[in-house]
Amino acid sequence: MNALILSRIQFALTVGFHFIFAPLTIGLAWFVFWMLTKYKRTGDETYGQMARFWNKIFTISFVIGVVTGIPLEFQFGTNWSQFSRFVGDVFGAPLAAEVVFTFFVESIFIAVLVYGWNRVSVKSLWFSSLMVAISSTLSGFWIIAANSWMQTPRGHNLFEGRIFLLDFWAAIFNPSTLPRFLHTIDAAMMTGAFFIVGMSALLILKGYRQQLTEKSLKMALIVAFIASVLQLGLGHIHGIQIAFTQPEKFAAIEGIFETQSRAPALIFGIPNANEEKVDAAVRIPGLLSLLAFGRLDAEVKGLKDFPKDEWPPLALTFYPFHLMVALGIYFILFGALGLFLLWRKRLFDSRFFMKLALFSLPLPFIANELGWMTAEVGRQPWIVYHLMKTRDAISSSVPAGQILFSIITFSLIYILLFALWIYLIRREVILKVQS
Amino acid sequence: MDTLQIVWFFLIVSFFAIYAILDGFDLGVGFWHLFARREDRPNLFYLVGPLWDGNEVWFLAFGGAMFAAFPQVYATLFSGFYLLVMIVIFAFMFRGIAIDFRNKSASKAWQGVWDIVFAVASITIPLIVGIAVGNLLYGLKIDSNMNYFGTFSDLLNPYALLVGLLALLMCATHGASYIVMKTGGALQERAVSWSFKACGFYMAIFFILCIATIFTLPHLFRNYTSHPFLFLLPIITLLSMLAIIIFNTGGNDVKSFVASIFSVAGTMATLGIALFPVLVYARNNADLSLTIMNSSASPYALKTLLIVVILGMPLVIAYQIWVYRKFAGKVT
Repeated sequence: MNALILSRIQFALTVGFHFIFAPLTIGLAWFVFWMLTKYKRTGDETYGQMARFWNKIFTISFVIGVVTGIPLEFQFGTNWSQFSRFVGDVFGAPLAAEVVFTFFVESIFIAVLVYGWNRVSVKSLWFSSLMVAISSTLSGFWIIAANSWMQTPRGHNLFEGRIFLLDFWAAIFNPSTLPRFLHTIDAAMMTGAFFIVGMSALLILKGYRQQLTEKSLKMALIVAFIASVLQLGLGHIHGIQIAFTQPEKFAAIEGIFETQSRAPALIFGIPNANEEKVDAAVRIPGLLSLLAFGRLDAEVKGLKDFPKDEWPPLALTFYPFHLMVALGIYFILFGALGLFLLWRKRLFDSRFFMKLALFSLPLPFIANELGWMTAEVGRQPWIVYHLMKTRDAISSSVPAGQILFSIITFSLIYILLFALWIYLIRREVILKVQS
Repeated sequence: MDTLQIVWFFLIVSFFAIYAILDGFDLGVGFWHLFARREDRPNLFYLVGPLWDGNEVWFLAFGGAMFAAFPQVYATLFSGFYLLVMIVIFAFMFRGIAIDFRNKSASKAWQGVWDIVFAVASITIPLIVGIAVGNLLYGLKIDSNMNYFGTFSDLLNPYALLVGLLALLMCATHGASYIVMKTGGALQERAVSWSFKACGFYMAIFFILCIATIFTLPHLFRNYTSHPFLFLLPIITLLSMLAIIIFNTGGNDVKSFVASIFSVAGTMATLGIALFPVLVYARNNADLSLTIMNSSASPYALKTLLIVVILGMPLVIAYQIWVYRKFAGKVT
């Protein structure tokens, strides 16, 4: 176990665990805001109860999101000091903007949502929920801008072995920032929506069938369906961006070894890196060229056009991508089924659908992680695309033993946090059912 | 050195100072938590509950600003202080969870465990951060690639440990003043006696450190000897500490807390002047020290960051005041 492997494992562990909570809380923040908006406007107590209940779930998840975010800001320095030295001129700016414009705002106003419920006016609650929703969404923007710069670096200059910022806007709004940001925020809305759908279903299965659960389920189901359909488009736009600006990643996620026009889309396949082909492939000819470039005869670059030591790890890029897309299609079908049952006025009586909803609750979380695996593994061996290799980026002065210690400690803490999260959420559900 | 580099040195020290002024009292409340009677502990949680998260972000602001403005220092310090940083991160995580989850169950066992976690985390953070700052003053072994090449035990030298103790006492004093200001009755009376005890030790350690620095780290006095009026800073700091005690005896709890704020600000200013324009002293070879001249980001990046801060910070201060006011008044 050398320092490089350990640092990579630790980053994947810490960012992967944080990303269980970040999209969830961004999604839930907007739902809580919406409920408080309806409550403020109509004074209808149902909306007040909805806001209060889902806010409890939201704030429990939010604090875990906050504390698991802390290791990330400092990990660039602790484990990736060579990276920090190389890109600090560019990379530091979006992170500083994230702190100044968004971390402060969300952390200040969350206080009102956690402690101010019986203390401040509905207007102040509503305003606080809006600030939390906006700032947590914008926080996603800045960090994705920073990560996108690592994927498609622009607005910089390489001079004497270091990167220098040349144009702030070009660096922030590099080619991949917007497609990835929109894709991620929609994923956050889906995560929040499916969570409310699943939890409402749980309440209904436990016999708690009130206005609160039915209104919550209906609202979240509609958002889940719309967001899932939208995600098809947003994923498509992101895919086009990858095809244009990250051809090695595109070839890896689509299993294309030979450069070709009329490139096929793969419905199923087993990429074989050694023999440089895809086994058991089920292809739709021409579809990939059409989707990526709008023309059947467009040329899609194959992996063989690039040096083999610059290929991303194929299995860990190809499978997560295809599994994520499969889940994305499932989400649309699930949403359609739910809306159909709603239209037929059979939704709340369908125990089958409630069980399906509960089963589906973890799926957006899995899709989120798969998406990030695709994005980050697909960028390897580069930490900054075509500018710095991951293996050149670690802190050379930190002994592997210290990293192993921190990995083990993080893992134990995260197991504890996850158990606490489940315990406290369940407790809120049980309290609700008993009331 | 150019103006932007000087401005950013000042900003980074300011962010750190504001962090100490704000989270300092949260951490200080945690320090006293286990000394408080069982029935007083929920009140202490309500003192820090609404404010800890917003206060803590100032530490992220300090770290983020360090990364953005002086990336070489960020890289050297966070990798060099690896285990210290990790311990602080763990403590931050546990502290936040303890505060928000402690009152989620009426079970005595549940609350008891989180009480201990809250206290231990609140003591760990200032101690470790203080040790790190102490090492900045004491100096680190830095190689020609700007990397730390000492060991972990090098970081636990007596000078740094003393600075860690100072930081802990600073937070204990500040936290006690805060409790006095925000509570009444028996808890407030106990907090007054805590404040006396902590402040006494705080003054003593501050004084001892000043003497120790004169004898062992004379280079830290360059700026003072060349501009003797700067000696007013540590003097005013000590006077502020005295004022904490005097105001407390007189029952002026708000003035006492304000005096505490001044003592924290004064300590930070003293520190900043001692370092300027160096950020990390290299014990092995003074030429390898990291300064604002050799470790900063480019002028364009520094200027961009300054715009970010000028746009964002007034809003942050406004929001923070708004929320503080929502939770103003004594906790009963």
